[in-house]
Amino acid sequence: MVELQQNRGSSSLRLIATLGVAGLFSGLALVAVFLFTRPLIEANQAEALRIAIFQVLPGSESYKTLELNAKKLQLLSNEKESTGPKKSNPRIYAGYSKSGDLLGFAIPGEEPGFQDKIKAIFGYDPEQRMLIGFEVLDTKETPGLGDKIIKDKYFRSSLTTLKIDPKIVAVKPGQKTAANQVETITGATISSKTVIRLLEKTIRWWLPSINKYLETQ
Amino acid sequence: MKNTVEASRYRAEFVKGLWKENPVFVAVLGMCPALAVTNTAINGIAMGGATLFVLTFSSLLVSSFRKLIPKEVRITTFVIIIATFVTIVDFLLQAFMPAIHKELGAFVALIVVNCLILGRQEAFAFKNPVRLAVVDALGMSLGFSFALFCLGAIREILGNGSLFGITLFGPDFEPWIVMILPPGGFLSLGFLLLFFNWLKQRQEKKGVENGY
Repeated sequence: MVELQQNRGSSSLRLIATLGVAGLFSGLALVAVFLFTRPLIEANQAEALRIAIFQVLPGSESYKTLELNAKKLQLLSNEKESTGPKKSNPRIYAGYSKSGDLLGFAIPGEEPGFQDKIKAIFGYDPEQRMLIGFEVLDTKETPGLGDKIIKDKYFRSSLTTLKIDPKIVAVKPGQKTAANQVETITGATISSKTVIRLLEKTIRWWLPSINKYLETQ
Repeated sequence: MKNTVEASRYRAEFVKGLWKENPVFVAVLGMCPALAVTNTAINGIAMGGATLFVLTFSSLLVSSFRKLIPKEVRITTFVIIIATFVTIVDFLLQAFMPAIHKELGAFVALIVVNCLILGRQEAFAFKNPVRLAVVDALGMSLGFSFALFCLGAIREILGNGSLFGITLFGPDFEPWIVMILPPGGFLSLGFLLLFFNWLKQRQEKKGVENGY
């Protein structure tokens, strides 16, 4: 009799209950670990952002955080707050040389890539209207393929002398003819196009506010 | 007598993963992280450590609840348990070792699909008592970590002239860049598999000669 019951297998209810309980405990464990690690992860991300700001603005010795309030860029007074967890208002960072001259702006942005959102930051020189640095902050692109946006030296270097006018455009490998063009990466076409789209969309979104801010300085 | 038999069983289950049934060198499992993240010794150890955490705790849970998990949904339940521990290890690495987390990248999340982990749940933890399952998991994951360390150390020494970031050779050393690139992973693994198979054949030959 017992053998017959075993052969028939478990009831649907038991199967659902097993998976439900497993899912519930899994969820609870993940929430607990997430709450415990969140402050540490945010502190690490803030530190990574701070380092990236100096990397995308070569020669900068200090920076100030600017927050967009009512379509106007305003200086954040508390530097400790400036790279903390991102609040509701978008932020960019103005980098200065040792002598206090404005070198450019470090602008973070994100765009959906092949796997997940690609988060990056780039440096913009308003005098030359050119991008002068680029760093990926977070990506889950396919290892060996999409992650070439971090590892491909030629692609990365082409983003450090990139003119933004009339617009940043993607071209096929070997077809670059102008300073506003970026060659996509073979094997990482979607990811590299995403980065180029991220740069173009983000800079266009910020340009009016940056120009207005510079006029008032 | 019973205790001696039990102790030797535990020892056998532990040691088999380290050498005789090493997941990388013998079973050729978990090749994705074994090839992808082993460009330095520290990366190999970090991935091995993450796998040890996930495999040991997954085996502990699967073995503890093996009588409650219906056979029909066992694989799905294993995956839920494994994915939970992988996410936990991902959070912990992000919080405490951000540099290592950045180096390992998407491969931490990919531990979920490491056939070594799912394989041990199905082949061992689901059929054996808790202590034995944990011993098996520890042996297997330490064997996996050892293999990843070997690969990482060889590639770092030849490809970068250093071990754990410490320079080993003088300024005249010309690093073999290919070793830290993806082909270097295949080359190192190929030579290590060759070496372990040669060693195995030699031991078998010796055994035959001695009449075992």
